[in-house]
Amino acid sequence: MSDWIQICRVDDIPVLGARRVRRPAGTDVAIFRTESDRVFALLDRCPHKGGPLSQGIVFGEHVACPLHNWAISLEDGQARAPDIGCATRFAVRVEGGAVSLLASELATLAVEEGADAAAALAAARKVIAIASA
Amino acid sequence: MKKLKLVMIGNGMAGVRTLEELLKIAPDLYDITVFGAEPHPNYNRILLSPVLAGEQTIAEIVLNPLAWYADNGITLHLGKTVTRIDRVRRIVHAADGTQAPYDRLLIATGSTPFMLPVPGKELAGVIGYRDIADTEAMIAAATKYRHAVVIGGGLLGLEAANGLMLRGMKVTVVHIAPWLMERQLDDVAGGLLRQSLVDRGLDFLIGAQTEALLGDGPDGTTGRVKAVRFKDGTEVPADLVVMAAGIRPNTALAEATGLHCQRGIVVTDTLQTVTDARIWAVGECAAHRGTAYGLVAPLFEQAKVCATHLAEFGIGRYLGSQVSTKLKVTGIDLFSAGDFMGGEGCDSIVLSDPQGGVYKKLVIKDDKLVGACLYGDTVDGSWYFKLLREGRSVSDIRDRLMFGESSLGDAGHQGQNRAAAMADADEVCGCNGVTKGAICKAIKDKGLFTLDDVRKHTKASASCGSCTGLVEQIIMATAGGDYSTAPRKKAMCGCTEHSHQDVREAIRKLKLLTIADTQRALSWRTPNGCSSCRPALNYYLISTWPKEAKDDPQSRYINERSHANIQKDGTYSVIPRMWGGETTAAELRRIADVVDKYKIPTVKVTGGQRIDLLGVKKEDLVDVWKDIGMPSGHAYAKALRTVKTCVGSEWCRFGTQDSTQLGKDLERALWRMYAPHKVKLAVSGCPRNCAESGIKDIGVIGVESGWELYVGGNGGIKTEAGQFFCKVRTAEEVMEVSGAFLQLYREEGWYLERTVHWIARVGLDSIKQRVLDDLANRKALWERLQFALDGEPDPWFEHEKASVDTRQFIPLVPV
Repeated sequence: MSDWIQICRVDDIPVLGARRVRRPAGTDVAIFRTESDRVFALLDRCPHKGGPLSQGIVFGEHVACPLHNWAISLEDGQARAPDIGCATRFAVRVEGGAVSLLASELATLAVEEGADAAAALAAARKVIAIASA
Repeated sequence: MKKLKLVMIGNGMAGVRTLEELLKIAPDLYDITVFGAEPHPNYNRILLSPVLAGEQTIAEIVLNPLAWYADNGITLHLGKTVTRIDRVRRIVHAADGTQAPYDRLLIATGSTPFMLPVPGKELAGVIGYRDIADTEAMIAAATKYRHAVVIGGGLLGLEAANGLMLRGMKVTVVHIAPWLMERQLDDVAGGLLRQSLVDRGLDFLIGAQTEALLGDGPDGTTGRVKAVRFKDGTEVPADLVVMAAGIRPNTALAEATGLHCQRGIVVTDTLQTVTDARIWAVGECAAHRGTAYGLVAPLFEQAKVCATHLAEFGIGRYLGSQVSTKLKVTGIDLFSAGDFMGGEGCDSIVLSDPQGGVYKKLVIKDDKLVGACLYGDTVDGSWYFKLLREGRSVSDIRDRLMFGESSLGDAGHQGQNRAAAMADADEVCGCNGVTKGAICKAIKDKGLFTLDDVRKHTKASASCGSCTGLVEQIIMATAGGDYSTAPRKKAMCGCTEHSHQDVREAIRKLKLLTIADTQRALSWRTPNGCSSCRPALNYYLISTWPKEAKDDPQSRYINERSHANIQKDGTYSVIPRMWGGETTAAELRRIADVVDKYKIPTVKVTGGQRIDLLGVKKEDLVDVWKDIGMPSGHAYAKALRTVKTCVGSEWCRFGTQDSTQLGKDLERALWRMYAPHKVKLAVSGCPRNCAESGIKDIGVIGVESGWELYVGGNGGIKTEAGQFFCKVRTAEEVMEVSGAFLQLYREEGWYLERTVHWIARVGLDSIKQRVLDDLANRKALWERLQFALDGEPDPWFEHEKASVDTRQFIPLVPV
């Protein structure tokens, strides 16, 4: 039924810090740990200019993007006003100190962004090749 | 749970802003009822003048449409004047019999125009200038009548006169003082203003004392006003008289209720009335520490503080504001702040070009700017206001002060100084690429008023700040903000009310050793700070208590946590240390091999004489460091970056001193030194200065008889030439003086404050006294720095000792 997959222990994430989770396709997923040991997961990509959120400073239940200091809510991925944008959220389960994500989400959620771009690029190259031929 | 009842008397800008702030933080705490004497929802009173002048409509200046009240569940009583407050039963009574019980009451009744106590003030056609009704009366009068007299040549009076003139009336301004706007301008600027308004067609009677207003009834005391008579017996015709001789806090209701009033309803720093703990007052009706403010920015500050207390958060205090004035008569730029008249013990610097329509006066007392009055060119107003507020010594920039901030080398807005002359597509803020059009749009769409609002929403002027003057001009033209203002003390960030200075002192005095203890001791509002205060706190702790306070990497910006510079695509750059900018064939070979092995896309030479490897993957960082085998260059840190050198006497045919050797020695003595901001040094072997010592935090220049030291130079956003510090004979003295200077900076500087700004804040003389004159202190400082740096690890190699969490370099892979 459910497809939780264990990623690491809570202790493997620094308090008020983050780790990156690599996946076979698509951008990394960032998992965060707050001061009270709550764990959250977001796509490691700021909705502003794509900065890696895993590298930001974690405070309260927010992370500050390392590129331009947007504050992103760990709970829902929303940028703090007046900035507007949302980072993709991933479900997290913590049980007995073990952190798990959903394999199905890891496999499918927000993987197409990169793939789409690659496909578009390939298509464009083909057009250019045909045009110059 | 049953909601508390909050009643607000008054439906103006300050009161409604308080409700907005309250709804933001405690949306469900109250049932809110609002009484407004006017039949309109909350509108922007500052923009009545543009409405009068025909530049905007009433619909355009509404801030909160009726739907806003409905959406927020607010019971709104429009056109109902509150006549009585029953404080015992806690019920508010309006003239029409409406009653509203309250648990807490907010009084925001604003102010009323001061009506000159002369015979005839009750005649038809005699009005104040305060609200939409007054404005509509003026617009109506302008269609029927010819002659208008405005009594009062202050800000409000001149705006009224200008508007009526644009609507076709023949307007005479009567002003009792010797020149216009005498509370904001000196006599010369007042004269220039008058001339420019006369050229537009206004008439002035300066020094005239009004004796009576005459009516068109049979005995001259009834009917509609027809003329104004003065004490000297002369008369001018008037079909409309506008009283603009000042405003008075509207405290009649509060006084009748028994609340203590003195030049306004007396409130504490929490905006609570001193008489009744259930009653708050904000806005023009409130007197805080003896002052009733009439400008919008201080009132919005009050609103914010008041809302936190109504929300029962109990945080924040209003400590008063300093204000400056700008006039919004189209086409006339005017700015004043502080004691612009001068007087005993003051010097004035004056630039006067009546033909060109420019006049500037700066008043200086005890080496500090205490007042400014600008006419015709106000772009530096905000800079002067900042100097004035900070009370910094201007002795070092006195000769250039008059020519504005741009004379000190700012950049980024193409030398523009008149926002009005810029097109919508022109860039105002070069740092963040914000155009004039984008700023105007944000102000209109989002209803912004203050510089802070605009910075938050658009990022304009939020980085280097050199375009602040332009942004303020745009706010003024678009939203009608007629002010600029700032709290007296600047809090470190939103997490606290304490300033950087307060926090530094507390850490030293209370011997605080951890961020958590500091936040507890200083009652931080947030559980663990934010991305702005945590790095500052971490620096203050480790610099104040070296070897005792423990570094907290999670409170450092990513560059100092991963010991490399993050780039826009999430990769990193690596810059190994090359002492004094000198390298060897072996080092270059290793660098070349690393570039090949890790497929590093870009190799670049930096301005500080180092080699930068760009585009390194985070996973590769540790191996790259190891393979290069050179020390960390700290090019990523608020720390000693580089000591740049020329080749000096070893090779150069002009060299007088061995600058390369001194540079290498300095770098070896100072590396691993964290500081409030980055620190760069340079050593040149002769006055030709090939190492650019003039724009470094410490620049050393060799001369025949020894070394000259310059401090506070900076090649950044504002190019700052270093100031001469001292001349010494030996290289050992250079080391000791440099070390002592930097240690003082480390102990006193505020986080992210470069040496130039620290020097400006505390004064070069004070630093010279402690580093140069007091020899024992110099030695003590130098020793403290050596103690702090002794045994400090190289983070590229001693990971554990440098608290580098190496887990960050290894991505997790689900199995």
